[in-house]
Amino acid sequence: MILAPDDAGRLAEMVAAALADGTPLEVVGAGTKRGLGRPMQTATTLDLSRLAGVTLYEPAELVMATGAGTRLAAIEAELKAQGQMLAFEPPDYGPLYGRPAGEQTIGGVLATNLAGPRRIKAGAARDHLLGVGAVSGRGEAFKAGGRVVKNVTGYDLCKLLAGSHGTLAVMHSVTFKVLPVPEKARTILVFGLDAASAASAMAAALGSPHEVVSAAHLPAPVAARSAVDFVRAAGAAVTAVRIEGPEPSVAVRCAALRELLGLRGPVEELHSSRSSRLWAEVRDVARLLPDADAALWRLSVAPMAGPGVVEAIARDLPAECLFDWGGGLVWLAVAATGDAGAAVIRRAVDAAGGHATLVRAPEPVRAVVAPFHPQPDGLAALARRVKDGFDPRRILNPGRMAPDL
Amino acid sequence: MLMPEPDRATLARRDEIVSALREIVPGGVIDRAEGMRVYESDGLTAYRQLPLVVVLPETTAQVAAVLRWCNAHAVKVVPRGAGTSLSGGALPLADGVLLGMARFNRVLAIDQDNRCAVVQPGVTNLGISQAVAHLGFYYAPDPSSQIACTIGGNVAENSGGVHCLKYGLTTNNVLGVEIVTIDGEVIRLGGRHLDAEGYDLLGVVIGSEGLLGVVTEVTVRILPKPATARALLIGFPTSEQAGDCVAATIAAGIIPGGMEMMDRLAIHAAEDFVHAGYPRDVEALLIVELDGPAAEVDHLIDRVAAIARGCGSVTLRISESEAERLAFWAGRKAAFPAVGRISPDYYCMDGTIPRHRLPLVLSRMREMEGQYGLRVANVFHAGDGNLHPLILYDANRPGELERAEAFGSDILRLCVEVGGVLTGEHGVGVEKRDLMGAMFSEVDLAHQQRLKCAFDPQGLLNPGKVFPTLHRCAELGRLHVSGGKLPFPDLPRF
Repeated sequence: MILAPDDAGRLAEMVAAALADGTPLEVVGAGTKRGLGRPMQTATTLDLSRLAGVTLYEPAELVMATGAGTRLAAIEAELKAQGQMLAFEPPDYGPLYGRPAGEQTIGGVLATNLAGPRRIKAGAARDHLLGVGAVSGRGEAFKAGGRVVKNVTGYDLCKLLAGSHGTLAVMHSVTFKVLPVPEKARTILVFGLDAASAASAMAAALGSPHEVVSAAHLPAPVAARSAVDFVRAAGAAVTAVRIEGPEPSVAVRCAALRELLGLRGPVEELHSSRSSRLWAEVRDVARLLPDADAALWRLSVAPMAGPGVVEAIARDLPAECLFDWGGGLVWLAVAATGDAGAAVIRRAVDAAGGHATLVRAPEPVRAVVAPFHPQPDGLAALARRVKDGFDPRRILNPGRMAPDL
Repeated sequence: MLMPEPDRATLARRDEIVSALREIVPGGVIDRAEGMRVYESDGLTAYRQLPLVVVLPETTAQVAAVLRWCNAHAVKVVPRGAGTSLSGGALPLADGVLLGMARFNRVLAIDQDNRCAVVQPGVTNLGISQAVAHLGFYYAPDPSSQIACTIGGNVAENSGGVHCLKYGLTTNNVLGVEIVTIDGEVIRLGGRHLDAEGYDLLGVVIGSEGLLGVVTEVTVRILPKPATARALLIGFPTSEQAGDCVAATIAAGIIPGGMEMMDRLAIHAAEDFVHAGYPRDVEALLIVELDGPAAEVDHLIDRVAAIARGCGSVTLRISESEAERLAFWAGRKAAFPAVGRISPDYYCMDGTIPRHRLPLVLSRMREMEGQYGLRVANVFHAGDGNLHPLILYDANRPGELERAEAFGSDILRLCVEVGGVLTGEHGVGVEKRDLMGAMFSEVDLAHQQRLKCAFDPQGLLNPGKVFPTLHRCAELGRLHVSGGKLPFPDLPRF
């Protein structure tokens, strides 16, 4: 059965009814990321796509409010018309799961706390969510946060809901921060570095005062799949750093970075459209790691630890990889058989500190391998108690994140 | 302000509590009144209370043992950093242990390549920037108390500062924490990597005002220092025009490092105090600071100057040297003590409003000045809408403190009414506790308190702060099902 509320009041009634009946609900926006997380057994879907529309947009206040079911594409179009954007650069994982691009909703992006290559400068979805209207698993409507950036009134429940995968409350309206689109963007490419040299080159760039906003490393086979000619034709690994800002500033910083990075390998420069195409590829991943049957892992580690973790994994497991966030975000494509490399990958990540998410794998694999990194007992118990507070009867996306959440 | 009634049984067990703490932290317990006096209040000095006893642990294991003991014996605990809170967040309780974190004062690791530093919670905010300055790095959030306030306190309060519009608050600049919960469990949230999975409890702990756990280690993001910074000092005949200038700057796609506004009373007080060269014949003064690569700063300075002229500025200076830039800031940074010179006491408020409501809020505040017979000087983080009205009063005149507090409450209610919030960076503490109902419904607050119950089911950590009513967790956990009875009535419920 599909429930599709068209206002917050109706939503609260539906959740309250589900609570009374003990009916578990699968909470979806457009459903593009259904393949993320543990498979669930839910007969009823709570579809939020009718809770759509921009309710407030004040460009000079850098704030927008929308229904949670609003398509991200519609939001981004409206922002673009005013020269603004979501600075956390939300990725579109739809195509990773065999869905068309451009379908996901803002609620889905926030509930999964996604962020693209600008994450290291601008923050993740969590850092941009200012206010929420939601219905908890208790069937009660509540609000958190507000519409202003600077707000420390009470607990920051917005952070709690961002990244909670719909397991604590159903968001129906969201208020978030928006920022101006930078006037210019350019990307410097360095060719032929191995992963460790790339990490150190990216650290040098990110540690310089030249305000680098993104840094990624594409090993040769990954670079060869790029749609950007200079990257595809390199015939070697490509390390990319992006800078943004007013024209005169970008020109000067570009020159400085070419000098800094030129010591490490041959360099090239990408201007507007090529630059943005490359970062869109790194953000959405699907094109660069195109084997649709491979299992996909997303690792978050300290940036300098990235290459070492990959090296440790590669000893036991054939894998293709892509580094973003200066080395701190590692995408791995491995064979989707057995545990999809979970034991090897998580051992390497645990040794370095961080977490590994099995972003894509066939259902049977996700049923036996925890898609989200297992937590230490104390933390897991705390998470369970948080779930008890918001959704005591486990009716919202039960089991999506962990068996007992 | 009413605090929870001290528990007589706990007061009667004081000797037992003191000796238990002495066993856990030998040489780190203060139980004599004269020794505890320095802890009796924080930055909100209108409220004072001697704690039951003060304990100053040095290790995470000691913190865990203290909390475990207090939890087992149902004794309340108030954590404290440097005690600079302006909302009474560290106000002691007569029947509570004051847990001072001052001895956790070491920088544990500086990791330049991963752009982070691991520090103990008692390290001061400025101390972090100083520890990484030789590498050309700094820690971005800069609350005005930064020479004294500790990073542990910053985590508790989610502290801001003048640069948050561009660089974010504490919550956007902390990568990980180690906390100890009231049951003595040591929990690590985040680390040197980004966006830990699972519920974002790091995001929840930051700004939780010491009610969820005691922070014993913090991993902060450090940033390369901007190559240069320059400022504009712009005077306007009306606050509306200054507000227009702020809006137009942002609408032009410029996010300055800092954007501060002062009103006439604050300008005059500051000028009389530090002689910063502020114009006296303007109603509003803006300081706009651009930081970053020199080419960018020079370019944007000219654009902001043009915007300011277009908005009707009557005075405009651009800093041509670092000394001049610092002089522009000198008055703003001295604004609080400057106001202290023109009034025996002042009461600092901290609401945030949508920026375009500023003219309305200022004019309503003028009306309230007449109504309460008290003056207000305004200092304003204009970029992000965070107001700091300073209400001038004289505590020696009977009734004035109460009038100032009532005035302050009205200002905060006004902030909420125009779409803003009660506190932008100072926290709720005891100060704004009873105003929470102006912003949140009972249901909203119950959801926040259920989070508290997950961390501290007995409500022993910093009770009496933030929430106007102390609900029992059992009562908050009860399920209320409308439109029907719960099926399976025999199932255990929370």
